[in-house]
Amino acid sequence: MRSILGVTAFLLAVFVAVPWLIAVSGRWDFYYTLTSVALLSIASAGVWLTFYIGRINIGQGAYALAGGYVSAVLITKAGFGFWLTLPLAGLFCAGLSVLIGLPILRLRGVYFAMVTLVLTEVMRLTALALPVTNGAKGITSIPLPGELSVFGLVLIPDFASLENPKLAFYLMAVTLMVLCYGALYRIVHSRLGHLCRSLQQNEELAASIGVNTAWLRILAYSISSFFGGIAGASFVAISQSVYPSSFQVADSVNFMLNCFLGGLGFVFGPMLGTLVLYFGWDLLFTTGRYQLLIYSSLLIVLMLVLPNGVLSLLDRKGVRR
Amino acid sequence: MSPIIEVRGVTKRYGGLTAVNDVSFDVEKGEILSVIGPNGAGKSTLFKLISSFVRTSAGEVRFRGQRISDLAPHVVARRGVVRTFQETTIFRAMTVRENVIVAHHLRSKATLAGFFLGTRAARADEAAFGASADDIIGFLGLDAIRDEMASTLPQGHLRALGMAIGLATGPAVLLLDEPFAGMNHDETMRMVTLVRRLRDERGVTVLLVEHDMPAVMKISDRIVVINFGEKIAEGTPAEIQANEKVIEAYLGSEDAAIGM
Repeated sequence: MRSILGVTAFLLAVFVAVPWLIAVSGRWDFYYTLTSVALLSIASAGVWLTFYIGRINIGQGAYALAGGYVSAVLITKAGFGFWLTLPLAGLFCAGLSVLIGLPILRLRGVYFAMVTLVLTEVMRLTALALPVTNGAKGITSIPLPGELSVFGLVLIPDFASLENPKLAFYLMAVTLMVLCYGALYRIVHSRLGHLCRSLQQNEELAASIGVNTAWLRILAYSISSFFGGIAGASFVAISQSVYPSSFQVADSVNFMLNCFLGGLGFVFGPMLGTLVLYFGWDLLFTTGRYQLLIYSSLLIVLMLVLPNGVLSLLDRKGVRR
Repeated sequence: MSPIIEVRGVTKRYGGLTAVNDVSFDVEKGEILSVIGPNGAGKSTLFKLISSFVRTSAGEVRFRGQRISDLAPHVVARRGVVRTFQETTIFRAMTVRENVIVAHHLRSKATLAGFFLGTRAARADEAAFGASADDIIGFLGLDAIRDEMASTLPQGHLRALGMAIGLATGPAVLLLDEPFAGMNHDETMRMVTLVRRLRDERGVTVLLVEHDMPAVMKISDRIVVINFGEKIAEGTPAEIQANEKVIEAYLGSEDAAIGM
């Protein structure tokens, strides 16, 4: 009952209250910020899932970049519509992560983290080198998402025909975010999630009770990369361009920090973490050259005071997640 | 009737060191068989070879006539040969009940996608797992600590929980790795009773590796003794106690407490 109320309140807030507040206050620039937060939180949700099987993933930027390029190439070179490329970008990344994951998911702890850290850079260099990605010049002037209709029924109008595409992008990003977190919540609270936890806590014991640990790791990692792919593709749709530097190592690190900050024990941790981190950075803009210093010091303090993330404050009050 | 487990010429070499050398024996269905030996005799390696957590260098282990050695550990568990762990290997950040429920994995009829979507088969599985977990928890006398976090439990309970996890998979053969290690006399006697009940009431064949002699003598139908990686004797507890080679192996080592 309580959770239904919570979900309703959340949906009302993001779909009704936020657009209304923005319309009233006239701060249209917030749409871009909140759209970014929603999309980044999807990529972070993927990283969170790899944490859930006990792997530190600092390579989500690679899949966001790959997803962005897949969407951009399919739209500009093959004439696909954006809405078709969105799931395709996710599936491409999921498939790619199976190939990459097969060798590297055997590694644990800091060794896995180190390999994933390199992935983003490898992806950037690949994007620079491949002919289809157009090298450092990137792919630009990507058309806005077109109309999506099923049997003549228009589900989503052509973004280019809209008076306010910013609102459309916001709604798209938030809808995707709700879908992804809904799926993540179901995963975590179904048997799949319990098995992931068993894997996180003791892989040998998990194998002894008959869990195919290698397969489960691949499955979780590919879902994680799927999230990264669709987040990247959506970003490219908004900026209408993609470059090898669109997602960098720093982005990958941020995705991981979002999870840490929000709380690794909470499904909605990465969402909150992304919001706090993104706005925290922006708010410190006025401090000029001290921005990074203050920002990183605050992060260190937060991790010392709340090692289990911001959402662990709820647990202290005795509220179950 | 053919034996449920056949160990045939199993050998494990690590570089130049032979940890287990050409060991063969059978385990009959429904018996409690112990593998004993002085420290460093290769008991633990043999245990891992049988549960396929380590690959054999030569020889093979058969379960119901089919080779199980060198398969992935989870496949061996699926066939019905399940091991427990020596130390405190449990899912620490779960409650006792969650530990036992998650260990029912092998018994699920629904697919993972079914669980994600919450299909009828998946809900039926969940209900069955809960009931079965409560049954196992009762069987092992863990009712009072059902909802405790596993990380907070004392040693004795942890060992019982490890057994509950093994039992939850529905094994035909349960391999116990030093179930009496670090226990005092009373705890050991309780564990002996428990292992007997596993066999008598649940029909589980038990193969255990141990060096607590009095307990082994009390519990075992048959005993296999290994020393320096080789089998030196096999027989009933009475036969083993009278065996010259066994006495020599134990008296020759620092661990002279053979308990006779």
